Amino acid sequence: MSVSLTPAAARHVEKSLTRRGSGIGLRLAVKTSGCNGFAYALEFVDAVNAEDECFETHGVKVIVDPRSLGMLAGTELDFVREGLNEGFKFTNPNATANCGCGESFAV
Amino acid sequence: MALLQIAEPGQAAAPHQHRLAAGIDLGTTNSLIATVQSAVARALPDPDGALLLPSVVRYLPGNGIVVGREAQQSQAEDPQNTIVSVKRFMGRSLADVKQAAGLPYRFVDAPGMVGISTVSGERSPVQVSAEILTALRERAEVSLGGPLAGVVITVPAYFDDAQRQATKDAARLAGLTVLRLLNEPTAAAIAYGLDKAAQGTFAIYDLGGGTFDISILRLTKGVFEVLATGGDSALGGDDFDYCVAEWFCTQHGLAGLSAMPPGAQRSLLAAARKAKEALSGHESAALSLAGPDGATRQAILSRAKFAELGAALIARTLSATRRALRDAQLGIEDITGVVLVGGSTRMPIARDAVRGFFERDPLADIDPDQVVAIGAALQANVLAGNSSADEWLLLDVCPLSLGIETMGGLVEKIIPRNSTLPIARAQEFTTFRDGQTAMSLHVVQGERETVANCRSLARFELRGIAPAVAGSVHIRVSFQIDADGLLSVTAREQASGIEAHIEVKPTYGLADTHISAMLADAIGASKADLLLRSLREAQVDARRMMDATETALNQDAALLTEPEIWAIHQAMFKVGDALETDAPLAELRVATAALAGVTNDFAARRMNASICKALTGQSMDSLA
Repeated sequence: MSVSLTPAAARHVEKSLTRRGSGIGLRLAVKTSGCNGFAYALEFVDAVNAEDECFETHGVKVIVDPRSLGMLAGTELDFVREGLNEGFKFTNPNATANCGCGESFAV
Repeated sequence: MALLQIAEPGQAAAPHQHRLAAGIDLGTTNSLIATVQSAVARALPDPDGALLLPSVVRYLPGNGIVVGREAQQSQAEDPQNTIVSVKRFMGRSLADVKQAAGLPYRFVDAPGMVGISTVSGERSPVQVSAEILTALRERAEVSLGGPLAGVVITVPAYFDDAQRQATKDAARLAGLTVLRLLNEPTAAAIAYGLDKAAQGTFAIYDLGGGTFDISILRLTKGVFEVLATGGDSALGGDDFDYCVAEWFCTQHGLAGLSAMPPGAQRSLLAAARKAKEALSGHESAALSLAGPDGATRQAILSRAKFAELGAALIARTLSATRRALRDAQLGIEDITGVVLVGGSTRMPIARDAVRGFFERDPLADIDPDQVVAIGAALQANVLAGNSSADEWLLLDVCPLSLGIETMGGLVEKIIPRNSTLPIARAQEFTTFRDGQTAMSLHVVQGERETVANCRSLARFELRGIAPAVAGSVHIRVSFQIDADGLLSVTAREQASGIEAHIEVKPTYGLADTHISAMLADAIGASKADLLLRSLREAQVDARRMMDATETALNQDAALLTEPEIWAIHQAMFKVGDALETDAPLAELRVATAALAGVTNDFAARRMNASICKALTGQSMDSLA
């Protein structure tokens, strides 16, 4: 099972990394917080930990820690524009419910 | 789903925390509590798995209190200390409780609200309701594992200010923070509207244990607007039980329910309810009652007989429904769906009647007992900040028009009935007499044209108005009702900016039967009201004319001849007479017309005189 990016998401990550000037990839994580139990986190990666899993899609490295991977397996990350807003959107087959504010989900 | 951005390592923002919030359906017969967990609203069960908490409180000797099923079971043995259907007494005075004679309680006429004397002292309905709410709060806190940040409590749409305030007071006593009171039918619409994204105009038919509510709601893109509400606060499942019990008494030649000892009353009513509930699934049901002599009396109630017994009650629900449709100016063909709420809508006779009336199958997918609590839970979840609040906006209406008393005991309506809340409206008023320095404002509620026939809510005074000629002062009176339906009134003199303000504290008195009675009254009496209004207006005009004439006579009597003065006095006397004897409109008009006739000339002469005075001593040049 892996975690993947859509071409649009990969392009945006690549652009962000170039603008930042450093970093080796994108970290996806799940935190136990938020109104529905779990929340997503997206971070730049400067260092990879020994136990981290690494995936590569469309030339972008995606790093996930093993604890989060259980809840993220099969997730596709998309980059979308909604009105004036643009950002990343998770399509997670593990989530059974999303909260109204969209910051958290349940498995 | 919110869109995420990439953060620096270790700096991803923590999302907000979940705040525990719940919706409470504080019902006449049963109450329940629901909450949103993992984006799904569900009712919370007690440790035994029961969702419904019977709204029954039993007071034991020595301050012991039992709530719910256990209290319900002891109804028959300890009826005087076991309080059922307490919601009927919320915010009511002893005079309002019309079934008092048929109930086993020892009522106490406490100021404002009726009290019930129990073995552990006198209890008000607010305290009894607080016991029910406490039981629900404890249930929620045990199953959610923390204190509740806030709750939404539902009330019948017809509840007036006093009853709403009583409900809020009960919540405070129970240690709950009320995020908002929500109308029961609106909560039901939330439960259906959000889950199914339905649009259109809906009728919510809510036949509960003790109240019937009909509401016409419009749903568009997640916005709920209440077009009209109506109902009967003394009509519910309990009344069907009474009907069956009375029928049982007739069958066995008993004197009737109110003639029985309290314990027997309870047993019979419980048996009647059981039979009624059985009829929802069966064609007939058996009732039995053990008499004091040890003999057991029995009867078989068929579905057809039950339909016959309940026909009058069902007809009352349909006539209230018709009225609400008329208020909303809609026909049956405009209704896109009908929602059934309340356990009593399980009765086939109710379902059939609704289906027949609206010519369509009603919606009943969500358990009619839970639908209100689920809607309240969804609302509580939004208000507690667990869900984005701009998802939906909730509009409510005020049940009766609000206005202010004007001269002659008339009502000037400022906020009309069925206005959506929150609302603010203002209107300008002026002084009646020259040199008037204070104004008394009287806030009234009702549909009638005269103050005497409306309900007085509050009085306050605006003082310190600078003396000026009558009619030249501008006083702006603003009415404001917040989302909870609480009213505040402000009067402001525009020139000087002096202001007086009042918040209308509910007075525990105007019961919803009063509201419906007042509405019925207004419709029946509107023609008489109009006539009365024109008479009062003519009287005010006549008084103003008398005042003006008197002032003029005091100042400029020199301009008149003796016979002219006599003629004016004569005409004034006639007008005064007409005012004092409350003469009919036509007579008063003749008298005022005569006074206007004889003073016409006088007014012209005064005008001339004052122009002369102004011009005297000035050269033509300075005037040109």
